[in-house]
Amino acid sequence: MSLNMDKLMYKLKEQIIERLHLKDLKPENIGDDQPLFVEGIGLDSIDALELIVLLQQEYNIKLSNAEDGPRVFHSVRTIADYITANSGALKVTT
Amino acid sequence: MQPVPNISAYCLISPNKIFLDGQIIFEHPGSAGIFLDKTYDHLDFPYPKFYKMDNLCKLGFLAVEILLKGRSHEKKYSDSETGLVLSNSHASLDVDLKYSKTIHSGASPALFVYTLPNIVIGEISIRHHFKGENAFFVFKHFDGNFMAEYVSGLIENKLIKSCICGWVDILKEDYRAILFLVETGGGENKLPFNADNLNKLNESEHG
Repeated sequence: MSLNMDKLMYKLKEQIIERLHLKDLKPENIGDDQPLFVEGIGLDSIDALELIVLLQQEYNIKLSNAEDGPRVFHSVRTIADYITANSGALKVTT
Repeated sequence: MQPVPNISAYCLISPNKIFLDGQIIFEHPGSAGIFLDKTYDHLDFPYPKFYKMDNLCKLGFLAVEILLKGRSHEKKYSDSETGLVLSNSHASLDVDLKYSKTIHSGASPALFVYTLPNIVIGEISIRHHFKGENAFFVFKHFDGNFMAEYVSGLIENKLIKSCICGWVDILKEDYRAILFLVETGGGENKLPFNADNLNKLNESEHG
């Protein structure tokens, strides 16, 4: 796994916690492949909308097809994969 | 014979202080947001969704939590027997203003869902499984006469057996909640549920 991918996933976890007010969680508490919705972290449909806004604002990526949502937002890794595949020269700063 | 409703308990939350039945039970310095989060920490029960709520919901949610703590309310009444009748003067303006600031930079869905005052009733109902009659009214000031008449009507018509009613209002750092637990049963230390007592308790500095 590349260092950039690790950094991107960690950054995503920080952004998800801050954006969704998950104050009881730390990035270390979210597994890379842990489901984010229902049985996993327990996110809901409003959180999904907030994640779409996060992608737009932080990564300038628009989810082109709403039907892709469940696949893209399944876990932190799937979001990171989507960002990597849909951004030109992604630069992750820490 | 018509059931006689009483005020079983009342909770007042005003800037940085909380009173239950006229006795101060918690105080903490800081902004409205800090105070509400510290109150949640103080009550010490796990409810992660609390942090997602807007300040109006947090205020009403905490007041109900304090009001019902240790009362086994959910064991005394079925889901549909408890009503919620709330009121305030600023509706959801506190979060409306926050939401409006996000519109040009990417409107926040998480804020948008709170841009109605009656969402606080939903949050309380989810937490306590209430499915009884509910309503949210916007008045210039707390109206004990209206509240007593409206809630008494619900009870007299056997739509509910208990009710949490009162005032939950916030705009920036100006906030106040006074909620009354109304029940049809007897018991000790209860006040008759009527407009005079509601207005008197509301006007009292300590609830």
